[in-house]
Amino acid sequence: MKVSLFLTCLADVVYPASVGQSTVEVLERLGCEVDFPKKQTCCGQPAFNSGFHRESKEVAQHMIKTFEHAEYVVSPSGSCVSMLKEYPHLFADDPDWADRASQLADKSYELTQFIVEVLKVEDVGAELEANVTYHTSCHMTRLLGVRDAPMKLLANVKGLKFTELPNKQQCCGFGGTFSVKMVPISEQMVNEKVEHIEETNADVLIGADLGCLMNIGGRIERQGKPVKVMHIAEVLNSQGS
Amino acid sequence: MGVRIGSEKFFDRVDKGINNEFMRKAVVEAQTRLEGRKTKTQEEMGNWEDWRDLSEEIRQHTLDNLDFYLEQFAENVAEQGGHVFFAESAEEANDYITNVVKKKNAKNIIKSKSMVTEEIGMNEALEETGCNVVESDLGEWILQLDDHDPPSHIVVPALHKNKEQIRETFHEKRQYSNSSDPNELALFAREQLRKDFLSAEVGITGCNFAVAESGSVSLVTNEGNARLATTLPETQITVMGMERIVPTWKELDILVSMLCRSAVGQKLTSYITGLTAVKEDGDVDGPEEFHVVIVDNGRSKILGTKYQSALQCIRCAACINVCPVYRHVGGHSYGSIYPGPIGAVLTPLLDGYEDHKELPYASSLCAACTEACPVKIPLHELLVEHRKDIVEKTGKIGFAEKMAMKGYAKAASNPNLYKMGTNMAPSYIKSIAKSEEDGKGKGVGPVKLWTNIRDLPESDGNSFRKWFENRSKGGDQ
Ligand code: SF4
Repeated sequence: MKVSLFLTCLADVVYPASVGQSTVEVLERLGCEVDFPKKQTCCGQPAFNSGFHRESKEVAQHMIKTFEHAEYVVSPSGSCVSMLKEYPHLFADDPDWADRASQLADKSYELTQFIVEVLKVEDVGAELEANVTYHTSCHMTRLLGVRDAPMKLLANVKGLKFTELPNKQQCCGFGGTFSVKMVPISEQMVNEKVEHIEETNADVLIGADLGCLMNIGGRIERQGKPVKVMHIAEVLNSQGS
Repeated sequence: MGVRIGSEKFFDRVDKGINNEFMRKAVVEAQTRLEGRKTKTQEEMGNWEDWRDLSEEIRQHTLDNLDFYLEQFAENVAEQGGHVFFAESAEEANDYITNVVKKKNAKNIIKSKSMVTEEIGMNEALEETGCNVVESDLGEWILQLDDHDPPSHIVVPALHKNKEQIRETFHEKRQYSNSSDPNELALFAREQLRKDFLSAEVGITGCNFAVAESGSVSLVTNEGNARLATTLPETQITVMGMERIVPTWKELDILVSMLCRSAVGQKLTSYITGLTAVKEDGDVDGPEEFHVVIVDNGRSKILGTKYQSALQCIRCAACINVCPVYRHVGGHSYGSIYPGPIGAVLTPLLDGYEDHKELPYASSLCAACTEACPVKIPLHELLVEHRKDIVEKTGKIGFAEKMAMKGYAKAASNPNLYKMGTNMAPSYIKSIAKSEEDGKGKGVGPVKLWTNIRDLPESDGNSFRKWFENRSKGGDQ
């Protein structure tokens, strides 16, 4: 199966290569042929959520063109995929672009969703000895509707000791520009999230969205807490030691 | 009171909220309790999502045909001896109400809980004419005694107060000398209020739903106060937002059930009161004169726009009870009698952006509200629509943000520019990732705002792109 990777700007620019690398390696191990369209940039969500829809459209058009050739678009971010799914609404009064946008939206999947729903795989053969908990990102669960896929995949990772995160449905306070526009509120939200993570005694917090992980992980680092943050792609790519 | 409460700036209000430890504890407890109960009663319904679809459909149908149902309702009220007044503005509503009261030579007014009367500032208008207006909902009564402290929640108005504070207020204002035991407090309130019920010449209520087919109004309470307020006084005035209507009792049945479950996690509240017109010969109680004031106050301007779904709201507060922002800042931070997600959507629509321009941004767009709403209002999407209108129509966006967004769009739609960014980013990020010695953030603008409270991941410069290119050349194998 041919898969085009949409890396997302955070994985591309802000994070070390390992999230993208892991995504590629997991997909390849499951028999996919992965290509990386070099012209890809960002999903446009920062502008969209800030109300700059004209600017967001510019970005969306570029992304639609960049992935037009793809059979499947897979991305290690529930939030960015939910933004791709927003494109048809963004072009609601422009039938041509709306149509192209729908084509992209229909073939786009978040990584765990793609593995479970399209590849029909629930055990990727990963192994990681660790006490972990998992943050269910809001956009991934509520906007994209992906709740079970990451749970199914994690349940089959050998060596994981999983503790459910208390108040897991609660937002971590990232919210894109919210995290810098409303710092005092975002700070309270992420503090509460970190407290709940500590309650689980987990050594590793796993998540499927780098936005949330950058926020929670950044706060954990600043507070000097010993919890490590891992993207789910990295966990699924772990082969034990 | 009006829609707006207080005159402090948004971030000052937020700071106050965040530093009010008692209030925050109360909010967390209330959210946990109410949300837990809601989930339980939701599960009892089995197919909750179907009930939400149906409720949304009822509300949408009613709003799409609002003129028809309002007319039907008004005709039915009039036919049965009631009076209906359509008030375009808060002033018109208050003028009508104060006139009715004047004509009756009434001085004592008993009220049951009503958000729309807060919205139009009715109490103040009546008090200016020399009337004594008493709130009979326990929470509202406490706030009224406490020098008109504004409500912080649309269902539990005194949520921000604890029993000690309530005891203090009772003691100071009414010489209460017993303990802060909730039962004793409630008993005292009941004794005090009983006198007011008996002496009131006019009872004023809100309206949860008005039934078009019969010209009835219905009230949902747990204290039974609305029932007393509508049976003892000679004159009853019901004030309702123009959208608060259902076609028939069948729809009322569904929506009342959704309201009770979503608001307080009860199948039904202790009292669901249905009232139709005036008392007839032979009736023991009920009003001799009945007025319904249907308030527009900006609502018809929302009809037919992209914000119309906000009028579907049945004021259950489920969105407030799951909101992580409300959780930490509390109701007063919103600066509006309508707090939380629905408040952030509705307040700028009713009262303009000028005093409320921050509200649409006071959300992480986590969509917990949208998921909780029993009538499926896409609250987080409406917040984005507000942001869009603020950008495109108001000129309230700073130059720096505009430039930043334009720059972002340029870079994210132009691979060459974007590539320059990705090449430069790692070393820049490295330089600002950790805090200064004093714990403050590095960088400027949004970067500094971010790093004030959080580190950034340390990008190793070994970007994915290099890796991928290298391996396709065979370098990694
Ligand atoms: S917006 Fe929905 S959830 Fe919020 S108060 Fe209104 S009906 Fe209830």
